[in-house]
Amino acid sequence: MKKLQVLGPGCPKCTELAKRTAEAAKALGGDYEVEKVSELSKIMAFGIFTTPALVVDGEVKVVGQVPSVDEIKKMIG
Amino acid sequence: MHNEPSPEPMVAAKIATDATEAPVNLIAKMKATIADLSARQILMLIFLGLSLLAWYPIYSRLDPFSRWAAYDVFRIAPGTHLGDAVSFFFLDIPKVFMLLILVIFGVGILRSFFNPERTRTILAGKRELLGDVLAALLGVVTPFCSCSAVPLFIGFVEAGIPIGVTFAFLISAPMVNEIALVLLFGLFGWRIALIYMSMGLLIAILTGIIIGRLNMEHQVEDWVYEIRMGQTPAQLQELSWMGRVDYGIYQVKEIVGRVWLYIVLGIGAGAAIHGYVPEGFMASIMGKQAWWSVPAAVVLGAPLYSNAAGIIPVVQALLEKGAALGTVLAFMMSIIALSFPEVVILRKVLKPKLIAVFVGVVALGIIMVGFLFNAIM
Repeated sequence: MKKLQVLGPGCPKCTELAKRTAEAAKALGGDYEVEKVSELSKIMAFGIFTTPALVVDGEVKVVGQVPSVDEIKKMIG
Repeated sequence: MHNEPSPEPMVAAKIATDATEAPVNLIAKMKATIADLSARQILMLIFLGLSLLAWYPIYSRLDPFSRWAAYDVFRIAPGTHLGDAVSFFFLDIPKVFMLLILVIFGVGILRSFFNPERTRTILAGKRELLGDVLAALLGVVTPFCSCSAVPLFIGFVEAGIPIGVTFAFLISAPMVNEIALVLLFGLFGWRIALIYMSMGLLIAILTGIIIGRLNMEHQVEDWVYEIRMGQTPAQLQELSWMGRVDYGIYQVKEIVGRVWLYIVLGIGAGAAIHGYVPEGFMASIMGKQAWWSVPAAVVLGAPLYSNAAGIIPVVQALLEKGAALGTVLAFMMSIIALSFPEVVILRKVLKPKLIAVFVGVVALGIIMVGFLFNAIM
């Protein structure tokens, strides 16, 4: 099972990334766990400070951008 | 059409990479890069190249186009109020959008070399004065949105970057941005764009120095010092050239999507002022002799936010009708550098006293720039 974490304190872009990530995971139909991380200290523990960010199995894949659903599929597939 | 890269160059690339001679290596690397591109990416690059070639010929013909649109297509008589307003609108809309797309793409490529994480590394361990100057300059090229001001602030503090240096960055990043510069360049010319940029940098650097001298480290909320940041992931630092082009295109879509409505509304309002407000009308309110107009412009500008894109065309029309340049610059800077939402966001990490110092010093700096320009121009 893959663990997907969407990091963001709740800005509009963060919500959009969370939505697209959920969509991508659903389309791929694999075993995914999607988690939203909004607590600042947890976000910063990943060593980044531009949000939104996408983390796949502990590895930071996207920072400060909202990629398309297709791009997210590639990252989590 | 090759939809898939043919296998030969890939093999050639592999063999050549193993070879020790440097020139062969370079050519092989280029071959490998080209072989890695998909048909869609190649089409996109060709399209990009053609757009760049066509840009200037179109841009230089916008003036006759605007007159043609207003006087021939809409059949409005030249010299009337409506005719002036409509031709102004048709000149400024394509002009601003063409400049915006080109510059954001270029700046996007440039910015793909920078990120806040890397900027932090550069600033960490720099002496105060040098740090202030570097921070203000990096603020121009580092991608930044005021919604990540808080994590950025914490990240800088944690790396031991002095608070003054952090402020120099936080002031310069939103104030000297490509949208403001493009609009100023397109509507006012390069001189005013350059003046705006250097004054913005100067205010950022001076505020950084002043806040640094005031020793305000204890005016940061205590919880900020307790956060422990993780190691910055290494792969964030590397992007391929194709990735940079993609990033530039992404930036254009994102920024133009966010500001286009403000620009259209702003140019619309500017066009109306251009056509209908009598010459010299603004001189009495925003002219040089009205000294109080500079502080008034700063106070009025502070609560307005993110409408910089819409305000600049209005400001251009005001300038034309007799408003003084210093007053107009002060108004613009205050809108962009001092914003109510950003102050609210920063309140999470700063105690009220430091917030007050920040707003006070920046406002004073802007007022001084306003007076200075009214005096010398």
